[in-house]
Amino acid sequence: MMISIKNVKKIFSTKQGKVTAVTDVNLEIQEGEIFGVIGYSGAGKSTLIRMLNGLELPTEGSVTVAENQVSHIKGTKLRKARQEISMIFQHFNLLWSRTVRENIAFPLEIAGVPKQKRMQRVDELIQLVGLQGREDSYPSQLSGGQKQRVGIARALANNPKVLLCDEATSALDPQTTDQILELLVDINKRLGLTIVLITHEMHVIRKICHRVAVMEAGKIVEMGSVLEVFKNPQQPITKRFVQQVTEPEETKETIEHLLTEYHSGRVVQLTFIGEGAEKPLITDLIRNFDITINILQGKISQTQNGAYGTLFIHLDGDESEIIKAIDFINTKQVGLEVISNA
Amino acid sequence: MLNQWFPNVRWDKMWEATNETLYMTGISTLATFILGIILGLLLFLTAKGNLWQNYAINKVISAIVNIFRSIPFIILIVLLIPFTKLIFGTMIGENAALPALIIGSAPFYARMVEIGLREIDKGVIEAARSMGAKTSTIIWKVLIPESLPALVSGITVTAISLVSFTAMAGVIGAGGLGNLAYLEGFQRGRFDVTLMATIMVLIIVFIIQFIGDIITNKIDKR
Repeated sequence: MMISIKNVKKIFSTKQGKVTAVTDVNLEIQEGEIFGVIGYSGAGKSTLIRMLNGLELPTEGSVTVAENQVSHIKGTKLRKARQEISMIFQHFNLLWSRTVRENIAFPLEIAGVPKQKRMQRVDELIQLVGLQGREDSYPSQLSGGQKQRVGIARALANNPKVLLCDEATSALDPQTTDQILELLVDINKRLGLTIVLITHEMHVIRKICHRVAVMEAGKIVEMGSVLEVFKNPQQPITKRFVQQVTEPEETKETIEHLLTEYHSGRVVQLTFIGEGAEKPLITDLIRNFDITINILQGKISQTQNGAYGTLFIHLDGDESEIIKAIDFINTKQVGLEVISNA
Repeated sequence: MLNQWFPNVRWDKMWEATNETLYMTGISTLATFILGIILGLLLFLTAKGNLWQNYAINKVISAIVNIFRSIPFIILIVLLIPFTKLIFGTMIGENAALPALIIGSAPFYARMVEIGLREIDKGVIEAARSMGAKTSTIIWKVLIPESLPALVSGITVTAISLVSFTAMAGVIGAGGLGNLAYLEGFQRGRFDVTLMATIMVLIIVFIIQFIGDIITNKIDKR
């Protein structure tokens, strides 16, 4: 197990009294996994990820990362362990006084790598993150996406086993976010690096994570493979996060508008997971039942464990035929929810 | 023409006095720079939420800094006479001015250093810690380089105030342009000597400011 968190609790003492930031957290993360933690701000996810490299120490419980019990080691041991557990940040945290090359070389200086080797390694890393031609620029001359690439190169310099991403894409625009996420997936596949990321965007989880934990009020309230969580969210908070991806605001408005338009039949939401997404369900419905089908809105999202699609359709015709059609859908590997009886 | 406008100015003495002022300013600026950075770092590092967080040490250093920053310079010179005599055996001459100059300006500069360090993004220090950096590495490779423009512009201001401190010390017997302006100029009623000494002081100040600005602009890559 690359990361194992056991019965972890973190209490902060503030002037207003004790605040429990994280409580009862148990978690195991495999080598090579991309694990996401999602929650709103204040849910404790930031504290949790900072306990993985000892920037915060748990009040109770133990944290083991890459065979280092980071919750219980200090001094040189902790510093050595941190060279195996890198971190990238929301605001990049680059040294403005150093060029791209010098920023990437910084962790190598800390690790005591000799100059010649350092320069060689920096060149490799610049290639890896695609920053050729910007080696001698200062951070102030770079775009947000380029700054995060420097952050990633810097984090990879000492060949870490684990990469921690603290809201690494939250300060970036959607397009740059996707590019950075693709880079992370690429690195995960190429180097077999274990990645733990925290975010408040379900889009990020959907796009790159294998498994996800949902945090609320310092606790993990739900955990599972990303596809499972999308297909079958249990907690209200998880449902809200899943809706961020499957039902953007405009969909909701469209559906509401359509409900007032249609006076007969039903509006149904179909959910396709994995293989189910690839079978010709609509054709089967039209051929086998005497109904009309109007496709209102549809969307397919790719996750790391497979495709996930939602489709809103309006079924119209004889009541008995509609019921038969719905029963037919229920026999397939497709989720079904009747939005309304128009 | 210069001799026409400044008939009483003896140029060899003027140069000597200028050199004395430059010497006192130079040495005391250098010592203030080092001492101020050490004190400033201590103030910063022992403050709440920082690497060496220590309430007692922080309060003690802070109190010392505040006390020495508050004593008017002219009084500080007098107060330090026994101390100066102990070190140099005399209280006359450029070297005798140095303890007062350094003790008077280092606490002032220490506060400027502290402010400069506080402006460093906390995230950058955290990033260095997350890479496994030691505190000494953080000091040398993060804190000082990242606050360097503030450190340089701070020492520029301090050096300029040191020039005027040397003039005050001069009146008490430390030599330099202040001494010349007061003894040769004011007390003998030779206005042109006082004026020329003032012009020399102004030139020194302008040069210091000029150099300080150039360095600050060059190292600031933000």
